[in-house]
Amino acid sequence: MKTQTRIDRRFAALKKEGRAALVTFITAGDPDLETSRKILFGLPKAGADLIELGMPFSDPMADGPAIQASSLRALQAGQDMKKTLALVAEFRAQDPDTPIVLMGYYNPIYVFPGDRFLDEAVKSGVDGLIVVDVPPEADEELCLPAIERGLNFIRLATPTTDAKRLPAVLANTSGFVYYVSITGITGSAAPDVNNVHSQVARIRKSTNLPVAVGFGVRTPEQAREIAVGADGVVVGSALVTAIQQSLDGDGHATGKTAAAVLDLVNSLSKALRG
Amino acid sequence: MATTSNKTGEAKLNSFRTGPDDKGFFGLFGGRFVAETLMPLILDLERAYDDAKNDPEFGKALAFLHTHYSGRPSPLYFAERMTADLGGAKVYFKRDELNHTGSHKINNCLGQILLARRMGKTRIIAETGAGQHGVAVATVCAKFDMPCEIYMGATDIERQAPNVARMKLLGASLNPVTSGAGTLKDAMNEALRDWVTNVKDTYYIIGTAAGPHPYPMLVRDFQSIIGREVREQIVAAEGRFPDALVACIGGGSNAIGLFHPFLDDKDVAIFGVEAGGHGLDVENGHAASMNGGTPGVLHGNRTYLLQNYDGQILEGHSISAGLDYPGVGPEHSWLKDTGRVTYVSATDKEALTALQYCTRMEGIIPALEPSHALAHVMRLAPTMAKDEIIVMNLCGRGDKDLFTVAKALGMKI
Repeated sequence: MKTQTRIDRRFAALKKEGRAALVTFITAGDPDLETSRKILFGLPKAGADLIELGMPFSDPMADGPAIQASSLRALQAGQDMKKTLALVAEFRAQDPDTPIVLMGYYNPIYVFPGDRFLDEAVKSGVDGLIVVDVPPEADEELCLPAIERGLNFIRLATPTTDAKRLPAVLANTSGFVYYVSITGITGSAAPDVNNVHSQVARIRKSTNLPVAVGFGVRTPEQAREIAVGADGVVVGSALVTAIQQSLDGDGHATGKTAAAVLDLVNSLSKALRG
Repeated sequence: MATTSNKTGEAKLNSFRTGPDDKGFFGLFGGRFVAETLMPLILDLERAYDDAKNDPEFGKALAFLHTHYSGRPSPLYFAERMTADLGGAKVYFKRDELNHTGSHKINNCLGQILLARRMGKTRIIAETGAGQHGVAVATVCAKFDMPCEIYMGATDIERQAPNVARMKLLGASLNPVTSGAGTLKDAMNEALRDWVTNVKDTYYIIGTAAGPHPYPMLVRDFQSIIGREVREQIVAAEGRFPDALVACIGGGSNAIGLFHPFLDDKDVAIFGVEAGGHGLDVENGHAASMNGGTPGVLHGNRTYLLQNYDGQILEGHSISAGLDYPGVGPEHSWLKDTGRVTYVSATDKEALTALQYCTRMEGIIPALEPSHALAHVMRLAPTMAKDEIIVMNLCGRGDKDLFTVAKALGMKI
C-alpha cells in the first residue's frame, strides 16, 4: 500500500462523514492574480473539499465558452505557470489539509519543461494533476514520472470509455476517478442523472478509488442529485461564470467578484451536506 | 523506425519512409494527445484505415474518383519562360491547382469520405483556413449526400469570400469561429469541440497532415498520389528524377504528398517553404513554425509550434490564410530534425512578387500558398545548372485570392 496522499485522506474522512466531496474548479489568475488569490483562499471555508486549479491555456480544446473565457482573462492579466505554482505554495503555507489538483493541458507543462514542472509542483504543495490531453497511451510522458514523485494522476473516464478500455484508463489512476458525465465540452449540456448513476456504478465495479462526477453540474439541486452514489461532484463552469457576471464593464474585478463565487460554493456545499 | 549504427555510434536511418511507429510517432513528433472522449474514436479510425488500406475495393473506388471526378493525373508542366528568364535549372510545375475544386485538398477529402462511409458515419465536420479544404469537403459531401458542418474563423471568412460562397452553394452549413484571432487554429479547436460532443455519428475530415495519429499518416497517404505521379511523369519527360522538389508548408499536406515518395531518393534535394509573413524577426509576424518556433503539443500531436515562453500558442501571421497556422504536420518536424528536408521561408512580399511573376510569365495565377514555394524557386533556380531539374507543387489556383492580392497591390476591383 502506497503512502496516503492528502487526496486519499480527504476522501477517507468524507466517507466517514457519509457525504460526497464538493470539488470546485477555478482558473488560476482569473480575473487577476489578486482576486484569484482571494477566491482560492476563501474556498475551504465556503465549503470546498477539494480544489481544482486550472492552469490557463490559450487553446482549451475540451472546454466550453465559460472556461475558455476564464482562461483568456487569466492570460490577459499576465498569469503564467510560475505564478500558478507560486499561488499554490502560498495557499499551502496557510492550509495544510485541503487538496489541490492542477488541471489543464499538456503544452504549458511540456515547455516548462515537464520534469521541472513536476518537481516544482511537489515543492509547492500540489497533490494531483489532471492533464486533459495526455491519454493512458502516453503514460510514460508525464503520468509515471508524476507518480514517482508522489503526485496523484487523476484520469478522466467518459461515456465513450467502454468496458474494454476502462482498465487501461484506471491502470495508473490514483486519488480519484473523474467521471465526465456527458460527451461534450465543459459547461454545456446538463447530464442525465439516471444515466450518470448507472455509469458511476459501472466504474465502481472496476475500482476502489473514489469517483467524482463533473461537466455540466451548475446548481445546488443538480449537485445533490448527482452526488447520490458518487464520492464527489465537480463544479467549474458555474463558478467561472459567476466571476464573469461580477466584472465591471471593462472586464475588471469588482468588490462583488470573490463573494459571488464563494456564495455559490457555500450554497453548493450546503446542498451536499443536506 | 529502422536504424543502424554508424561508426560514431549515432543511429542512422535506413529509410525515411517507415514512420509513424505504432503509437503514431515520427521520432519525438506526432502521437495521440487527445482527451479521453476522443481516444476510442481515433483508435476506431486507425483500425478502419488499416482495414481499408488492405482492401483492393477501397483502392479501386478511390482511383475511379481520381480519374473521373477530380481529373487525375494532374499534368506535370514545363515552365519554359520562367526557366529561360531565371537562367538556371529547368522548372516544372505539378499542376494540382487543376484538380476539381482548385487545389490538392480534394485528394485527401475523397479518401476520407470513402473511409467515413465505410465506418457508417452519417455526419461530416471539418475546419478550414483559406476555405480550400472547406470547399473540397463540401464538394464530396454534396456528391455523397452527407450533411456537412464547416468551422471557419471569422477573420478568414472575411478574407476568403469566394470560397465562403462556394461552400454555401454546395450545401454546407458554415459556423463562424470568433474565439482567438478567428483563424485556422481556432476553427480546429471548435471542430474538435463538435467532435467530442457528437461522437456517435460524426466523422471529422482533418484537412492537413496534422492532428492526432492516424490523421498525419492517412492524410499523407492520400496526398502521396502527387509524388507518385511526379515519379512517373518526370521520368517520361526527362528520363530521370528531379534534383530538387519545392512545396509550401502550412500544415504541410501538399508538401508531404510530393515529398514522401522521394524521401529515400537521396540525390533529390527537398525544400519546404514556410510563410515568413512580415519577416522571421518580427515577433508574432510570421507563420514559420519550424524556422521560428519550438516543439510543443497542440491539436493532438507534438510538433514545432509558434508559442511563447509559457507554452501559450501565438496566432502567427501570413498573407495567405492557408498557411496561417501556428503548427505544422509532425512528419515535417521530424524531417527537419533529421535534416532530410530543408525548410526555408518566404515573406508576404516575396510571395506577392512571385504570384505576379508566374501570372505574367506562364499565364497561370497561382494561389498565395504555392506562391511562397515559387518565391523559393525564383531564388533556387538561378543557382543551379541548366541541365538540373526542379519540380514545384503548384497546389492551388489563385482565384480565391484575387481580393487579397488586389488589396495588397492597391488595385481596385
